[in-house]
Amino acid sequence: MPVITYDKQPYACEDGETVLQCLTRHGVAIPSSCESGVCQTCLMRGVQGRPPAAAQQGLKDTLQAQHYFMACVCEPGEDMEVVLAGADVTHLLEAEVMAKSALNDDILRILLKPAQPFDYKAGQFINLYRPDGVVRSYSLASVPRQDECLELHVRVLPGGNMSTWVRDEMHPGDTVAIEGPVGDCFYVPGRPEQPILLVGTGTGLAPLWGVLRDALAQGHRGQIHLFHGSYSTAGLYLVDELRALEEAHDNFIYTPCADEPGDDMNAGVTCERADLAALAALPDLKSWRIYLCGHPDMVDVMKKKAFLAGASLSDIYTDPFVYSMTSS
Amino acid sequence: MTQSLYDKIGGEAAVNAAVDIFYRKVLADDRINGFFEGVDMEKQAAKQKAFLTFAFGGPNNYTGKDMREGHAHLVERGLNDSHVDAVIEDLGATLKELNVPDELIAEVAAIAESVRDDVLGR
Ligand SMILES: Cc1cc2nc3c(=O)[nH]c(=O)nc-3n(C[C@H](O)[C@H](O)[C@H](O)COP(=O)(O)OP(=O)(O)OC[C@H]3O[C@@H](n4cnc5c(N)ncnc54)[C@H](O)[C@@H]3O)c2cc1C
Ligand code: HEM
Ligand code: FES
Repeated sequence: MPVITYDKQPYACEDGETVLQCLTRHGVAIPSSCESGVCQTCLMRGVQGRPPAAAQQGLKDTLQAQHYFMACVCEPGEDMEVVLAGADVTHLLEAEVMAKSALNDDILRILLKPAQPFDYKAGQFINLYRPDGVVRSYSLASVPRQDECLELHVRVLPGGNMSTWVRDEMHPGDTVAIEGPVGDCFYVPGRPEQPILLVGTGTGLAPLWGVLRDALAQGHRGQIHLFHGSYSTAGLYLVDELRALEEAHDNFIYTPCADEPGDDMNAGVTCERADLAALAALPDLKSWRIYLCGHPDMVDVMKKKAFLAGASLSDIYTDPFVYSMTSS
Repeated sequence: MTQSLYDKIGGEAAVNAAVDIFYRKVLADDRINGFFEGVDMEKQAAKQKAFLTFAFGGPNNYTGKDMREGHAHLVERGLNDSHVDAVIEDLGATLKELNVPDELIAEVAAIAESVRDDVLGR
């Protein structure tokens, strides 16, 4: 049973328990959000003892070398002394809320202006802090050299801690704390002829809206297919903007998809799940570059199917919007 | 100096070329894909690389005991000779696709054969 030392106190870690679970069980508050090793909110550093490689997956090489790790996926193999990552590595900064508007019945568009220069790539994500310490991740739909503000698409979930707060209590003019950017789901220049497939469900469109416009702005010449899916046509958004982009660019094809046929079914909406519609239209994905964002089940299943359809694993970029079932 | 099997096949570059093809075959093979249902595909692919490096006679520190322990949880789930046959078959088909000569494929199959009993915990 490894012992975790934090703030000079030793805590016994049970078999199969993560550092986050161990410390939380003993009443030590450690910030966390996804609890799946994605958002890096629970970033800690091993002062003594090495974290297992699995707890460092996705971290920058420089952070790995300094024994930073994510507490929520760290099942320690040995005794460790740990500290919380400092603000210098987590890049916590202030941002002003510039605008808030509705994209559809339950998705809000938020524009933020960071107080300091913020170097990011379209499609990465930030962690948004509520004043009481609740943290959630939101993807960046904006494109650095094109858009002045950071743009978020926030889906309001019934009873959602962060999203209902964003709807009810976050107003233009307010200052919020953000951290990031995090993630590797973004457009990489080079290979401008490579065909690109973008598949997103719900607000999974946020990073894709960024990636798409970034790729076009950087002169991507290969075909870009976007399949955006929602439960119904009412859940789709940015439809007119995407159709306009389709008009303006010969190499961009937009396929909105809805699981259920609605009475209000617009012309041109495919009545099929976005991932299935994509696979039906593009059965051979050999040499394609693929971005999958949104519902974690869709992302996991589609990743495997895209690989089986011929895509190379190194060409598949994913952003599963994982959430903790035990979220506070 | 005679070239090792690993060098003849093409070393690490050959492993990298083979891993996507082999992993795709394994996932598509209903006889064995049940054993490979991990969510984390990158981790699974890394393990396939370890397997290929071993089978190509490349640098590794695996012992028979490691093979036993590494597959014990699969033997509990019913891993048997027919599954080893399937893996060796998929491996052969992968190498054929990469235009590896038959006599080298036979050597690779022989290395995989050599740990059959360890893998099956006998
Ligand atoms: C990398 C990353 C990027 C993300 N990007 C975005 C984004 O661009 N836009 C966006 O809106 N969200 C995004 N998310 C999801 C976001 O971080 C929050 O999980 C989400 O906003 C819910 O937070 P909440 O505090 O409102 O709800 P919570 O208080 O966390 O949850 C309320 C209830 O809803 C359940 N729940 C949580 N999420 C879902 C879901 N998706 N579907 C069904 N039930 C759910 C919870 O289990 C809980 O019971 C992203 C997540 C990750 C990891
Ligand atoms: C034929 C000889 C075989 C050899 C030489 C071999 C070799 C290996 C090696 C080197 C690893 C990596 C271990 C590690 O570093 O974690 C591994 C893992 C694995 N092997 Fe094999 N293997 C063989 C047969 C099989 C068969 C027949 C199956 C199932 C059909 C199988 C399923 C697996 C699985 C699922 C893992 C990952 C285990 C885990 O996730 O913990 N192997 N094997
Ligand atoms: S990475 Fe640990 S809470 Fe998200």
